[in-house]
Amino acid sequence: MSIIPGELKYLSSHEWVRLEEDGETVTVGITDHAQDLLGDVVFVELPEVDTVIAAGEEAGVVESVKAASDIFAPVGGKVIEINESLEESPEFVNSDPYDDGWFFKLKVSDADELSGLLSAEDYTEVCESEEH
Amino acid sequence: MGSKTSLHDAHQSMGAKIVDFGGWDMPLHYGSQIEEHHLVRKASGMFDVSHMTIVDVQGSQSREYLRHLLANDVDKLKATGKALYSGMLDEQGGVIDDLIVYRMPEDYRVVVNCGTREKDLAWMNKQAEGFAVELKERDDLAMVAIQGPEAIAKIQGVKSKQRSLIDSLSVFQGLESEGWMFCRTGYTGEDGLEVMVPNDEVVDFWQALASEGVNPCGLGARDTLRLEAGMNLYGSDMDESVTPLQSNMAWTVSLTDDRNFIGKAALVEQKQIGVPNKLVGLVLEQRGVLRGHQRVVVSEGGEQQGEGEITSGTFSPTLGYSVALARVPQNTGDTCRVEMRGKLVEVKVVKPPFVRNGQRVYK
Repeated sequence: MSIIPGELKYLSSHEWVRLEEDGETVTVGITDHAQDLLGDVVFVELPEVDTVIAAGEEAGVVESVKAASDIFAPVGGKVIEINESLEESPEFVNSDPYDDGWFFKLKVSDADELSGLLSAEDYTEVCESEEH
Repeated sequence: MGSKTSLHDAHQSMGAKIVDFGGWDMPLHYGSQIEEHHLVRKASGMFDVSHMTIVDVQGSQSREYLRHLLANDVDKLKATGKALYSGMLDEQGGVIDDLIVYRMPEDYRVVVNCGTREKDLAWMNKQAEGFAVELKERDDLAMVAIQGPEAIAKIQGVKSKQRSLIDSLSVFQGLESEGWMFCRTGYTGEDGLEVMVPNDEVVDFWQALASEGVNPCGLGARDTLRLEAGMNLYGSDMDESVTPLQSNMAWTVSLTDDRNFIGKAALVEQKQIGVPNKLVGLVLEQRGVLRGHQRVVVSEGGEQQGEGEITSGTFSPTLGYSVALARVPQNTGDTCRVEMRGKLVEVKVVKPPFVRNGQRVYK
């Protein structure tokens, strides 16, 4: 069974979202379940810093030995930081999806959008329904 | 639920992720297929390949039968145990399967793919009519491929009694000992052996190899290794719809001898008319992964000349970028473009293999 931390929010397309302490920044990555489905990650394409993206818009691509998969922005906002270590070490996405394997940070435009994200419980159901 | 090899429980206890492969439950990887890949290139790894089908061809006319059945000529096999790679073709020259045939002390042994087992056996039995031969499937034998620069020494550590027999093997030769067969063959582009083992002894053999430090490897690493080595995968890179001449297998077709093997007339005709396309290697030395079924566009002076298709593509862990096999028009030059996620990306066209014995070899 994959790890689904209770304090994070999720998208049904397998991104996780962490609201940082400042209340206006979110960190985004892909879930343990997603990295397990993809297998070894070999390239990660991230958005450029300062890009403004809308909720649901394509924000990057993760390529594994098995498939290429789009990464979507969970909420709208401006990209303020990207995880540059993934350029050299894409395997962090597999080994540590919720920490070293993070993708990018967004400064949230509209905090109301955060309420539309899935809880850990909801996301667990999404994963379970996929397995059947 | 698929068929299970004798090693199935061992795979599960080693943490394998199991997937369906041609009706068999087989390990995809035991954690990371890229790590498994590197271990085979740098040290050693072992693969359960018991799903492959072993058939003994026996009888007074087994030589004549195989000279009729196969596109390559078993008369090239002079010494006992020597092996030959060949296509088995239909009347139209289409590839029913690719296989390895060993010259045994008395007769022959053939190893075919698992996904094609039923149609292969049906075809081989049908073609056996009129020949004094008997086909015997050896499902009493499991098979383990141990590959990598340290593989042979590790096997000798486990099978010390067969040390000198293993030392005596030339490349593409297999010899029997006490019901086992030690074959210096493989599907990785590294040195190593494929060992045929009685089913009831294979678990002990596998565990002993693991204790020697041989890492278990799954089908994921097997695929990236064989693709780096430029070796075809049946069903992806060739099938009944193409001939060996369209599949980078012309070297396995013996057209100049006195035989009239199945498919020969079609190949001779195709050569006369002109072979429409060829299987080449593609290299993308930047970010992105070439994948099977992507469209290939061949152009000259800015004008599109023709199209092809990637037959298998992957990320090459040894090179750090992507490589592929693709079927393209004969006039394809040194570069072509591949449609990747809606964009046409330029790639190099090369002659496979890409990697041999751990090193880049394409130009």
